[in-house]
Amino acid sequence: MTFATIWFVLWGILWAAYFVLDGFDLGAGILMNFIAKNDLEKRQIINSIGPFWDGNEVWLITAGGATFAAFPTTYAYMFSYLYSALLIILFGLIFRGVSFEFRGKEENPRWKRFFDLSIFFGSLIPAVLFGVAFGNIFKGLPIDVEGYHGSLLQLLNLYGLLTGILFLSLFLYHGGLYLSIKTEGEVQKRANSFSKKFFFPLFVIAFIFLIFTPISTKLMENYLKVKILFFVPLFLVISLILSGYFTFKNKPSRGFLFSFLTILLTVITGIIGLYPNLIPSSLDQNYSLTIFNSSSSEYTLKIMTIVALIFVPIVIIYQIWVYRLLRGKVRIDDILKNENSY
Amino acid sequence: MDIVGLSRLQFALTSMFHFIFVPLTLGLSGLVAIFETMYVKKNDQKYREMAKFWGKLFLINFALGVVTGITLEFQFGMNWAEYSKYVGDIFGAPLAIEATVAFFLESTFIGLWIFSWDRVSKKTHSFFIWLVALGTNLSALWILLANAFMQKPVGYVLRNGRAEMVDFSALVFSPYGWLKFLHTNISGYIVAAFFVMGVSSYHILRKNYVDFFKTSFKIAAIFGLVSSIVVVLVGDFNGREVAKYQPTKFAAMESIWETQKGVPLNLISIPSPSQEKNSVEFLKIPKVVSFLATNDKDGEIKGLKDFPKEDRPPVLATFLSFRIMVLLGFIFIFLSLVGYYLSLKNRLEQNRLFLKIMLYSIPLPYIAAQLGWIVAEVGRQPWIVYGLMRTKDGVSKNLSTSQVLISLILFTLFYLILGIIDIYLLFKYSKIGPQKYTAMEA
Ligand code: HDD
Ligand code: HEM
Ligand code: HEM
Repeated sequence: MTFATIWFVLWGILWAAYFVLDGFDLGAGILMNFIAKNDLEKRQIINSIGPFWDGNEVWLITAGGATFAAFPTTYAYMFSYLYSALLIILFGLIFRGVSFEFRGKEENPRWKRFFDLSIFFGSLIPAVLFGVAFGNIFKGLPIDVEGYHGSLLQLLNLYGLLTGILFLSLFLYHGGLYLSIKTEGEVQKRANSFSKKFFFPLFVIAFIFLIFTPISTKLMENYLKVKILFFVPLFLVISLILSGYFTFKNKPSRGFLFSFLTILLTVITGIIGLYPNLIPSSLDQNYSLTIFNSSSSEYTLKIMTIVALIFVPIVIIYQIWVYRLLRGKVRIDDILKNENSY
Repeated sequence: MDIVGLSRLQFALTSMFHFIFVPLTLGLSGLVAIFETMYVKKNDQKYREMAKFWGKLFLINFALGVVTGITLEFQFGMNWAEYSKYVGDIFGAPLAIEATVAFFLESTFIGLWIFSWDRVSKKTHSFFIWLVALGTNLSALWILLANAFMQKPVGYVLRNGRAEMVDFSALVFSPYGWLKFLHTNISGYIVAAFFVMGVSSYHILRKNYVDFFKTSFKIAAIFGLVSSIVVVLVGDFNGREVAKYQPTKFAAMESIWETQKGVPLNLISIPSPSQEKNSVEFLKIPKVVSFLATNDKDGEIKGLKDFPKEDRPPVLATFLSFRIMVLLGFIFIFLSLVGYYLSLKNRLEQNRLFLKIMLYSIPLPYIAAQLGWIVAEVGRQPWIVYGLMRTKDGVSKNLSTSQVLISLILFTLFYLILGIIDIYLLFKYSKIGPQKYTAMEA
């Protein structure tokens, strides 16, 4: 395996890790406005994701940084081609990030209402637009010798929107299960019933997505070449079904574990189909950005591999340690006691 | 304005806005860690409440540091695609390392710190905030090593139509980068020290929680005094590096037009770029500039006129920013010295004028830090990577003017709103003071 291939794998894993982790706090951020009926319940939800959302978001920053270091040409074109879409995502993440800190710092109801909305849109927009962006990458962008020919509106094509809805639904479901685990009382009850009710729509959307993917994209080609890879989407479907099974059995922790796997495998299924492209051209394969024409030099990739092999496991270990240390449900009296809580 | 101008403006706006919050994060994380460690050592509730009170202000400030940083991470690709393509092989590495090594550390442990006051032992809890402080300072190290590459490119060859890394250690151990790191981080410590001294002065003036704030003041005064002295000393080394590697920037910083030996320092001078000379030069101290720049009082310094016009940076902005930064540097030494002396003699309360000065000095280190970046970045122009690539060649090709104009307007608008809210909250919570502490004392 070449270093470029190793980095292609790592690149996929970093994006998958981001969606798996931020997925539940984006989902919880959207659900907050429906599940919580009063201020204390909202705070229960915010504090359940409070210690974790920033650490989750750093997976996005790392995915961006790794794209820069390992595939500079892809970094340059991916983000300048998708300028407007990325800008909207950024504004969403910016408003969402400050809202957690600011919301509780004033007792005025209009102040809180403003930040509730900002958490809602700041979670909704990235969830949908990341899906739209990846749907379009799976499909290929209109790139030729002169560069990129698309626009923001063209990204909102059928398959792009379908992927956007899929991401949104996965995150909502994932977030609902997370809230079942981390909260108690009314919030937990409503989160439970949401996950159950939402499972079937999610299943249908995932099904449609799997049908449309071979039609709208060329992702299938790699699978047809190496048939054993079909196990990945197969496991995807199995973990989605298992997740639903445990959700209905009132075992949200296991349900969450399998929704975690479902998101991971969804992203990986797409990334496997892309190889060796990072961004395929829908016009002419010669203009696709691939690991051959857009990666860094051997030397840089080698250095970055060493860095990643040392530090990514360390990060994973201490993040798991922190999740374990702060395990257990978020209780209302704990929130009221801790003056640093959100 | 064209795409290059708009993209520059947007980069300057977003990075300088980020750097309003960054310096306080760099310094206050350390101060809060010191307060909490004193709590562990002395077991005095006062220090615990100090960690909590200053920690709360830290968090309000931190929020904007985090969200404005995300913009920067993606902006190289969004607006500077040609630049990213050309130097990404070497420039991308420190950015990716920063995220992996530093951002994870600070973001994970700050969350843990907030939510684990009663879950772990005192000592373990104080360890978390030290990890946060370590993370923020490490993140600055890596971003400054990246920025140092733009100032003095090292460890690369030109190959395959781009700059490729051939020597990682040259990048990591770039003396230019380490000096920048020391100078910038420690300037952040000054920001935090003056912030703590200023807010403490406010409360001492009003006789609120006097004991609490006198202690805070004293620790911050020591921190500020050491930091101000170090910043000036390191700044001197920075200047020498600039003189060696970026002669155009150095000439602009000192407004030197003619190549000469034994260049004097004009305490007062007014550059007149259109006439390519200084219209006023006053209070000359002989040979000082040559000595500072080259370690030889008769050393030769190249003047701006010896460089083609298209290679010169904007002189006035570079020169004035540099002058004011240096002046402020000496003022900070003086103020923290007085502050330290008065706290030591326990005479702060009687010197109301001094306390008022300290209160109104809170913005000064912020201004010095912003001016420092103007020296470094405007002085680097017209190069995006000094001597290697021009700024105008680095911009993304596929963007339209209206796209960048819209994003610039939106950034300005949103940042303005968020900046106002954040500063409002900092004021509000600074003024409230450590309420719980009085409750305990009573
Ligand atoms: C001297 C220090 C310094 C400098 C020059 C910069 N930053 Fe910064 N940055 C920090 C010091 C810092 C910090 C103190 O470490 C912050 C502030 C709040 C925080 O979480 O970390 C931070 C946050 C921060 C974040 C958010 C991290 C998180 O979510 O926790 C990102 C993505 C960046 N920065 C990226 C950049 C980029 C691309 C820069 C180049 C223009 C840059 N920063 C300049
Ligand atoms: C890795 C770190 C940094 C990099 C790579 C970087 C790069 C750039 C780039 C690409 C531009 C636009 C082109 C130009 O006009 O120069 C710029 C401009 C500028 N940057 Fe930086 N920058 C960095 C850090 C910072 C920070 C943290 C600040 C501080 C607040 C800063 C201050 C400025 C200013 C004031 C300008 C405007 C200069 C001008 O356009 O004339 N830079 N920088
Ligand atoms: C006598 C005092 C000082 C001297 C001689 C000095 C010198 C310098 C020089 C030469 C640079 C440009 C480095 C470059 O272009 O790469 C610089 C940049 C800078 N200065 Fe200062 N400085 C002084 C005081 C201060 C003070 C008091 C602060 C803030 C509190 C400060 C903050 C900065 C910052 C943030 C930068 C930009 C980052 C960098 O380039 O290192 N400086 N300084």
